[in-house]
Amino acid sequence: MATIELQKVEKKFAELHAVKPMDLTIQDGEFVVLLGPSGCGKTTTLRMISGLETVTGGKILLNQRDVTWLHPSQRDIAFVFQFYALYPHISARDNISFPLRAQGESKEEIEKQVKEVSALLRIEHLLNQRPGNLSGGDQQRVALARALVRRPAAFLMDEPLGALDAEFRESMRAEIKRLHIDQHATTVYVTHDQIEAMALGDRIVVMSEAVVQQIGTAAEVYYNPANLFVARFIGSPGMNLVTGHYVDGVVTIPGTQNRFSLPVGWRKPVDETLKESKEIILGFRPEAAQLNNAGKLSGEVYASELQGAFAVLHVNVNSDDIVHIRTDRVINYPIDTVVHFDLNPEMVRFFDPQSEAAIQPEVGA
Amino acid sequence: MSNLELKQITKRFPGVTALNDVSFDVQDSEFFILLGPTGAGKTTTLRVIAGLERQEEGTVLFDGEPVDNLAPAGRDVAFVFQQYSLYPTMSVYDNLAFPLRSPLRRTPEGEIRKRIQEIAEVLRIPHLLERKTAHLSGGEMQRVSIGRAIVREPRIFLMDEPLSNLDAKLRESLRVELQHLQKTQGSTTLFVTHDQIEALTMADRIAVLNLGRIIQIGTPEDIYDRPVTTFVAQLVGTPRINLLKSNREDSTLYIMNSDLHLPSPHEYTVLGEFLLGIRPEDILPHPEGKFAGQILLTEPLGVQTVVHIRSGEQTLSSLIPGMSTLKIGDNVRFNILAERLHCFTLDGKRVQR
Repeated sequence: MATIELQKVEKKFAELHAVKPMDLTIQDGEFVVLLGPSGCGKTTTLRMISGLETVTGGKILLNQRDVTWLHPSQRDIAFVFQFYALYPHISARDNISFPLRAQGESKEEIEKQVKEVSALLRIEHLLNQRPGNLSGGDQQRVALARALVRRPAAFLMDEPLGALDAEFRESMRAEIKRLHIDQHATTVYVTHDQIEAMALGDRIVVMSEAVVQQIGTAAEVYYNPANLFVARFIGSPGMNLVTGHYVDGVVTIPGTQNRFSLPVGWRKPVDETLKESKEIILGFRPEAAQLNNAGKLSGEVYASELQGAFAVLHVNVNSDDIVHIRTDRVINYPIDTVVHFDLNPEMVRFFDPQSEAAIQPEVGA
Repeated sequence: MSNLELKQITKRFPGVTALNDVSFDVQDSEFFILLGPTGAGKTTTLRVIAGLERQEEGTVLFDGEPVDNLAPAGRDVAFVFQQYSLYPTMSVYDNLAFPLRSPLRRTPEGEIRKRIQEIAEVLRIPHLLERKTAHLSGGEMQRVSIGRAIVREPRIFLMDEPLSNLDAKLRESLRVELQHLQKTQGSTTLFVTHDQIEALTMADRIAVLNLGRIIQIGTPEDIYDRPVTTFVAQLVGTPRINLLKSNREDSTLYIMNSDLHLPSPHEYTVLGEFLLGIRPEDILPHPEGKFAGQILLTEPLGVQTVVHIRSGEQTLSSLIPGMSTLKIGDNVRFNILAERLHCFTLDGKRVQR
């Protein structure tokens, strides 16, 4: 299969710097997700890897071979688009076998390959149907089958689930991951949906405004976001971020009695980062807070939401900040009820409001 | 505000019955959500209430009085749509003032100013009042649209998927704000959506609509915990409920095509083949669990992990808190919360305890 390497790859469209120089090495068999809001440069990056877009600077290596200036057809990469891009007038079978026929494969070989791939995707019973008679999910399965049948060195997928209903999206997401585990094809997958990225990616490349913000596993970007953008973007809801006033190891939330002492291992890096400044951003995930009548922090209930298996309580800690606390679903508090909570010290993070970067705790803390 | 009642509403379009004997009531100050897939009849229901469509049968009542013979303007409802219908060349202030300046109302400007200041505070948009709406973000525009509906203090709010054009983060925060606003203002609200999470999180009560018929009416807990059909059970909750063909013999439930069997909760009257429903969060991996399977897939979502467990030819989804350390291919033991099982007949009707 394939390794993909981006060395200082960038793209400019006239005045617009769509992708600022980025480095990324994708291992053989790895599933890497490019994640970010629209306009962040993720699709442009994918298109540069495919060759559909030229680079403005930098190099792209496929299996250590420089393919920067090779035509897309010479790169041995399959592309799966958001929209199915199937030929409407021919059957699913002919759609799937199209790339093989174009390569001049023998009839027996084509039949064998189509049979294999359609068993994998569980679409054997649909092969004689035309795309127009298939559901959205089945059309996307046929499109995937067509990409798979070529046995390309790498897959590039641009929001392949974006056009599907929520219910299909969930099951197709699992199928794509299962397929990847079976086939181990190197895959680069673009999405704006952080849940999809977390569920699928061996690693996630979080992008914003043409710049890579963080590259890491789902656990890394979730628990240890590199900056405020990643902290907000990952998670649903995102990380709670509260601006506090910092003095001598204690964070006070302005206008309140809420005080929080830095856990072990944070004092030195926080003092060194903030220097004279007294502003700090305290970050914690909704599940890091536990309601507790004797809790040191408090706020007033703004809203509460049943989310199925659990509930989320939205709490005003001061006039500017609402924090989200994950709770047991039987708990239901009327608006304005005062609640107290504590934070799990291991799940608390701190950010420098100036640079927006995460402050790193001392190693071993 | 007012209460609203629909009595046996039937609405036909050529070749299709869009609403079939639909009855429900929305109490004064209630946040009531109509939930259903595309084509369920949700928007038609709103249009009948607003007087934009005329039903063939049945009655719409506001505060106990039929309004069927009132024109839309006479019904005094406010509509918020999926697409924000703001005047792009006007300022936010003028957009908000527009309904109050209508010839029907002729509100004095001083009063308009006071009312808009109030609404702007509630919606957190005082800093945007002078801006032209064309220069607002999607979330800001939808806030102004909601503001324009609120400003006139109508009898009832009708909201047609107002959040569905917004990106996920914005939808999340507006959902919370909308709920807070509705509760603090005490406005009678009928809100339509196809998004189950919006319905569960915001509603006082939910009516599930499919193919023009009401399937179930209840609190979010009723809908989630006691769905009356497999359609409702699958409509709410992500990942979806596990529905497994099962068989009961004497006091044991056998999940077909798997090695799983469990003692039957004896209060169920079902015998023979049926569908067993298990919510993913009620399947809990545990080192000494009663059941065994193999990990087929894990999907770490941050706050929780979806784990697909294979047993025989069946795959179960399990939802566990946090980032799971379970690995694909591992053998796993797990428990099933017996008190939270759901039983349905093969044609999808809940078997009551």
